[in-house]
Amino acid sequence: MIARVDAKSHTESVTMRPGRAFLNIDHVDKTFARGGVTTEVLKDVNLTIDKGEFISIIGHSGCGKSTLLNLISGLTNVTAGAILLEDREVNAPGPDRAVVFQNHSLLPWLTVYDNIKLAVDKVFSGTKSKVERHDWTMHNLSLVQMEHAKDKRPSEISGGMKQRVGIARALAMEPKVLLMDEPFGALDALTRAKLQESVMEIHSRLGNTAVMITHDVDEAVLLSDRIVMMTNGPAACIGEILKIDLPRPRQRLELVSDPAYIAAREAVLRFLYERHSYVESAA
Amino acid sequence: MSAAAVKLKLVETHAGPLPPRVAAVAAAEHVRKAEAVPPAPTKPAVVFARWIGRGIAQALPALIVTLVLLLIWELACSGPKASLPAPSKIWMESRDLITQPFFVNGPQDIGLGWRILTSLQRVAIGFGLAAIVGVLMGALVGQSQWAMRGLDPIFQVLRTVPPLAWLPISLAAFRDSAPSAIFVIFITAIWPVIINTAVGIRNIPQDYRNVAAVLRLNHAEFFWRIMIPSAAPYIFTGLRIGIGLSWLAIVAAEMLTGGVGIGFFIWDAWNSSKLSDIVVALIYIGVVGFVLDRIVAALGTLATRGTAAA
Repeated sequence: MIARVDAKSHTESVTMRPGRAFLNIDHVDKTFARGGVTTEVLKDVNLTIDKGEFISIIGHSGCGKSTLLNLISGLTNVTAGAILLEDREVNAPGPDRAVVFQNHSLLPWLTVYDNIKLAVDKVFSGTKSKVERHDWTMHNLSLVQMEHAKDKRPSEISGGMKQRVGIARALAMEPKVLLMDEPFGALDALTRAKLQESVMEIHSRLGNTAVMITHDVDEAVLLSDRIVMMTNGPAACIGEILKIDLPRPRQRLELVSDPAYIAAREAVLRFLYERHSYVESAA
Repeated sequence: MSAAAVKLKLVETHAGPLPPRVAAVAAAEHVRKAEAVPPAPTKPAVVFARWIGRGIAQALPALIVTLVLLLIWELACSGPKASLPAPSKIWMESRDLITQPFFVNGPQDIGLGWRILTSLQRVAIGFGLAAIVGVLMGALVGQSQWAMRGLDPIFQVLRTVPPLAWLPISLAAFRDSAPSAIFVIFITAIWPVIINTAVGIRNIPQDYRNVAAVLRLNHAEFFWRIMIPSAAPYIFTGLRIGIGLSWLAIVAAEMLTGGVGIGFFIWDAWNSSKLSDIVVALIYIGVVGFVLDRIVAALGTLATRGTAAA
């Protein structure tokens, strides 16, 4: 209770500050209390993200990556500190922070088209006409090249296709920030590579701000402008932020031998396996 | 296959930019190839033939067993001192009831089909109300921890009360037999609907709730777009148990309240010692109950297409 009050007063002081970032994660703590036991998951997380940036969050499992994403999405609330999107505090989920869930989370009783249309109808009910909403749904299906399966149900398409639809649904909300929680984690390597390329292509075309959680070092280096590396929990925080200065568009095969790519990759690996190697108790 | 492969080659070998449309088509083909498309469904004619074949294979043993049982029954009840009528006697005495379900000879002398329809009408009203109220109550109990703690103990006690025990109370409350019979059906059928709906709603995956939260669905939208479809398999299980119970209750209720229904017919036949008529009525009830169960099950399958396979 006291912590919430703190968070509120903090917000006001931050809002006064000039020259803020697009998305500001400001001194965020998160503790979970269950059955009298409190677990400190995140401690003093600070991160500012600019508009149009592609950020990856990487860390060992149990370090609170997903918790951080849930905090940004508003699905869980911060214990202390504040998350500000365009200077407004995030305290509830909303379509301006659309989430691509790890397991796609499509509604199985709706067709591919209806899954996206549900989001489009909800977000644009007041601003777009019926025809425009249909066109917008189809446009987003075409962004992920899934128009051909629009009348199929999620159970009738492959895992990669489901994740494409999940991405299309999130994009269709025209979010200020696109949040992705290990979006390709459940896919095979080839499908994953294709979807990574789709995401890169869409990001370069739409220029949206994106925060992605991953545990794949190559994926992080390939896609990101910056990689946020998290220390192991409990009480995890940001250990290091690595800027990836590779020119875009990036080609997977060309990068393999690029010294900058190799260096970035090595830096992340060193962080994960030398300085913050996986601790069993953190799992 | 070959066309797609050629296009794919094009994309891979040409280092320079392709015309965007070709690239897009090729990329789409690429995706379709890589992510295995499920096989096309079998032709309807083949499915139908297979279905008929399976039907015969399933019906034949049932037919044989029925004939054998009828034979045993005939032998067991053919003696002069038999207390129950044999099938041949039933056929002789109650042939009009079996062959003509829809005759009308007078206000109380009507075919069993009419009586069944009257009973079905009562069940439709009672069960319909139970379905609507049951799903709403179940949604409340499934969604709210507080409502669950408050209402669940009451439900658990009340659902064990036998249908007929409600009858005197409802007769006293409604002062009329028709609404009393409907109330007994309602109160009998509602519990499995409530309990199963509540379980279904408690089992809505967190993912769907998260989707709803991100989309900011309001309560009504959440109820119609997420809750009902997600809990549909559970709801239909409850409805299926409920329709069976209400068909059980109608017969008992009508025996006491009188009127035109099938239950009253049995009671009336018993009072005039027409045992053959009772047996025929029992078979009618059994067949109708079976059909009701199948109808609800089929509706459930239709309504939950895709929901079960997430």
